[in-house]
Amino acid sequence: MIDAIYAHLPILLIVLPLVAAPCCVLVGNGRAAYLLALVVSFLTFACSIVLLGEALDHDVIRYELGNWSPPYGIEYRVDIFSGFVMAFVSGIGAIVLVYAPLSVRDEIPASKHYLFYATYLLCMTGLLGMCVTGDLFNVFVFLEISSLSSYALISLGRTRRAPLAAFQYLILGSIGATFILIGIGLLYQMTGTLNMADIAARVPHEHGPRTVLVAFAFLTVGLCVKMAVFPLHTWLPNAYTYAPSVVTCFIAATATKVSVYAFVRIIFGIITPGFAFDVLPLDTELMLFSLVGIFIASTAAIYQDNVKRLLAYSSVAQIGYMLLGISMATPTGLSGGIVHMFNHALIKGGLFMVAGCFALRLGSVQLSDWKGAGRTMPFTALAWAIGGLALIGVPLTAGFISKWLLLTSAFETGRWPIAVLMLLSSLLAVVYVWRVVETLFFSEPSEAAANATEAPLRMLVPTYVLIGATLLFGVWTPYSAGIARQAAIALLGGTP
Amino acid sequence: MSAFPIIRIITKLLIPYILLFAFYVQFHGDYGPGGGFQAGVIFASALILYGLVFGLDAIKKVAPPIVIEKCMALGVLVYAGTGALTMALGGKFLDYNVLEHHVLPQWHVPSGQHLGIFLVELGVGITVTAVMTMIFYAFAGRKQVQ
Repeated sequence: MIDAIYAHLPILLIVLPLVAAPCCVLVGNGRAAYLLALVVSFLTFACSIVLLGEALDHDVIRYELGNWSPPYGIEYRVDIFSGFVMAFVSGIGAIVLVYAPLSVRDEIPASKHYLFYATYLLCMTGLLGMCVTGDLFNVFVFLEISSLSSYALISLGRTRRAPLAAFQYLILGSIGATFILIGIGLLYQMTGTLNMADIAARVPHEHGPRTVLVAFAFLTVGLCVKMAVFPLHTWLPNAYTYAPSVVTCFIAATATKVSVYAFVRIIFGIITPGFAFDVLPLDTELMLFSLVGIFIASTAAIYQDNVKRLLAYSSVAQIGYMLLGISMATPTGLSGGIVHMFNHALIKGGLFMVAGCFALRLGSVQLSDWKGAGRTMPFTALAWAIGGLALIGVPLTAGFISKWLLLTSAFETGRWPIAVLMLLSSLLAVVYVWRVVETLFFSEPSEAAANATEAPLRMLVPTYVLIGATLLFGVWTPYSAGIARQAAIALLGGTP
Repeated sequence: MSAFPIIRIITKLLIPYILLFAFYVQFHGDYGPGGGFQAGVIFASALILYGLVFGLDAIKKVAPPIVIEKCMALGVLVYAGTGALTMALGGKFLDYNVLEHHVLPQWHVPSGQHLGIFLVELGVGITVTAVMTMIFYAFAGRKQVQ
């Protein structure tokens, strides 16, 4: 029995949340739906941890859907990289669900609770599916599942701006998805196959027809929209700001990272770094856009009065760091980029949870309403301070590990200016984190803050799990940076 | 629109044939052109036509929104459940070969691949019907904004 389940793990990862979502709708009761979603999300997390362990111990795990052998059928494959991304996506999904009920009760009308949990599970299905599948068209399908459900989740926000923000995201997201689909279509036209490994073996690179070049361009631009890379990030601040707190926690921590994952897969698996970075100038462009993005988004974050919007702009900047690592295409740089996906998921998930705690107790995420809240809600405020330090990249926090790897790689490849610019950009992070810390601890309490009580334990504990994890993975790295390094070496074509 | 006798009578005449055609497309989908998507849309178009002519209240009596909502989920569950069934029978997810059964061979009862695709398309059909009807309800039931 155990062996049988073992063999089906890659598909169970997808099927569990996919089956649980309609079950949530069928039971039609918020409480039951929540319990089901909670159990399933932890089972999914367990699945992905076991899969990651298997991938680390042995080799790539393959699963043929419907017993059709690839490239004819869809093949699911789990290697170290996808296992790593799956593990933290499902982990964050489970922890956010532990945190969710009180915040959901506060922000979403009770009649929609079971639909909320169903949609949440669907979003998780989509994100995990993008990681696990080895079929390019399947990537698109799961991308759409996760995007469509996240539009719905965002539109549940309390204010009337939430549907507008969701609609804005829907328009841009659909354009991005269409670009990706066109790219996939062109690649299919050139190779006659949709299996990623098979495409990689067949696609002509140098002196190939222009179709391939156009396909790469469409895929890159489409995924850049989904990743919210600097000039294409306009959907992100509104979506994160007006979505319900729980949704922001989950989407901010996972959705853009999974798009980064897909981007890395396509660059290193299909386009190949040699073609993308040596023949085409993709690395220079990515570096340029990420550096400009880091500075502009961080500066924009400094001027925000809405804390969720501040964090959203900071997310745009952090995507820049990930791309910076990817564009350097050295084992150190790439592993820096990959581990930053993980670290940033922990940090940003934790910080948005803190914002959700304040939103519950103070009824607002405007910085002016948070004045002096550090006195009445010391633990929540402390969580912000620790998470903020990690976001800046102070030693002993997870943020330091990824920035250190990126800096090392910049020095190794002799890109001094980038190293200097990265350090300068961290100063901008100091400014926007400090603004909030100052408001929390050193201002006269506002009326709301003076009467507030500490956030409930059910929300504080999951918040501290994530915040604690940023400290843990700041000093103990075999399972973050270590795995990222193995994944990076495998992506660059070596053996770990 | 129910004030116009011609529209009313023609609608009543047409709806059974539309439904019948939907079932034909659904059940013939595994032999020829057709399948769950198309059948679902045709089936829903009969419901929507009824709603357009006889009004929102009448159609909500035929297809209550709560039932439609559950059907949206049920279809997905039928699809995924087929996959789970094949896994329980010892195959891989959606491996229809394990559904091979050889019951009543002289009646050409579908077996294996055939039964699998039939169940999956049934799920698709239910969900598409429900979703199309739900979209109609969402637009038709919207309050006029002043």
